[in-house]
Amino acid sequence: MNNNKQALQVAALKDGTVIDHIPSDKLFQVVSLLGIEHMDTNVTIGFNLDSKKLGKKGIIKLADKFFSDEEISRLSVVAPNVKLNIIHDYEVVEKKEVHMPDELRGIVKCPNPKCITNNEPMQTWFHVADKEQGILKCHYCEKEQHKENIKLL
Amino acid sequence: MENRSFVTIAGHSKEKILYLLEMAKEFEKCPNRKILDGKVVATLFFEPSTRTRLSFETAVNRLGGRVIGFTDAATTSSSKGETLKDTILMVSNYADLIVMRHYLEGAARYASEIAPIPIINAGDGANQHPSQTMLDLYSIRKTQGTLENLNIYMVGDLKYGRTVHSLLMAMRHFNPTFHFIAPKELAMPEEYKLYCRQHNIKYVEHEDFNEDVIAGADILYMTRVQRERFTDLMEYERVKDVYILRANMLRKAKDNMKILHPLPRVNEIAYDVDTDPHAYYIQQARNGLFARQAIICDVLGITLDEIKQ
Repeated sequence: MNNNKQALQVAALKDGTVIDHIPSDKLFQVVSLLGIEHMDTNVTIGFNLDSKKLGKKGIIKLADKFFSDEEISRLSVVAPNVKLNIIHDYEVVEKKEVHMPDELRGIVKCPNPKCITNNEPMQTWFHVADKEQGILKCHYCEKEQHKENIKLL
Repeated sequence: MENRSFVTIAGHSKEKILYLLEMAKEFEKCPNRKILDGKVVATLFFEPSTRTRLSFETAVNRLGGRVIGFTDAATTSSSKGETLKDTILMVSNYADLIVMRHYLEGAARYASEIAPIPIINAGDGANQHPSQTMLDLYSIRKTQGTLENLNIYMVGDLKYGRTVHSLLMAMRHFNPTFHFIAPKELAMPEEYKLYCRQHNIKYVEHEDFNEDVIAGADILYMTRVQRERFTDLMEYERVKDVYILRANMLRKAKDNMKILHPLPRVNEIAYDVDTDPHAYYIQQARNGLFARQAIICDVLGITLDEIKQ
């Protein structure tokens, strides 16, 4: 099985989370969104691994780390199709998919230079106006932006 | 406590809009009342706007309240680098209500979230100017006797003009038919046309502006075509005189038709229109006083029944 081949490339995990099917060019954004660089657990990051679906993909294995749904939903803006496998005692006990949340706070930058959020020490706040098309509307200046064009904070 | 701030008009229900207009009507009957006795209203103008500020300050003064504030951010601590949050919280210690104009978009929304007292948005950059919309609605209702089923013709800069965008959204409750008359470069943006389609609002677009085009109008809403809005100055030179309203263009106008303009005007309405019975833009500004008195009372929790007493 594909999972077994993958296991040869990256060490197996006893307990923790495997984030799979990350497009290679989004891998480091995912790392940064989840704050992985600040974690002190054992983390394995695979970059440019072969993937039947994506060509090249990234994978992140985090030992003893489990994310909340809120943390997972942050990934929707950069990598909506990633899959999370929750591992206990070397077994996948749960698979999670990423869902676009109704709002995003403090993750995305507003593209409008005249928006208050770019000029005041405060958190950004977006309402997801259209989940299918990925349109975010700034809670403050009311400008809309498309998911493809977002910049992370 | 419920935050009664007045930041945008887009979320207001039909009932709420009509309620505020009814309140404004009471103030037109008698603008001088002592219902704000003992209240202090702060007018914080981080960006100068003489007309709007005078209108708000007159509204407070005629209701017996007191006004503090500034007219230009250059004279305040924000020029020293103070955050908006600190300025708002500091002023909240002194006043019962803040009326604010800011050059940044979303500033009033943010202020309303952090302030313990109500905020009235007197304009936040290119975003919203809801008290202008209230006075436009008041003027339309007063001159036409209703807001329902009207033909509203918007002329000039429909791309950047926030007053036309706010008016368009506020009119969605009243089954209007819009005509958008603008040069290509300043045409009504797609997002607002989409808004019309989503809300079953009929609209027609024109590039020509002449007596035949405007013959069906109940309201002719003029805006200024500003040179700095054009990326192509050749285009500006070509269109700058096309969207000027002159008295001889009003020959076919309906009797009930009124000309509105958010002011200040530069040259887009010729002076020979001023004496025409269709001209309404100066009286329109006077209606701003009553509309703002209503907004101020509403955010302070003063009801229509209390005003009528």
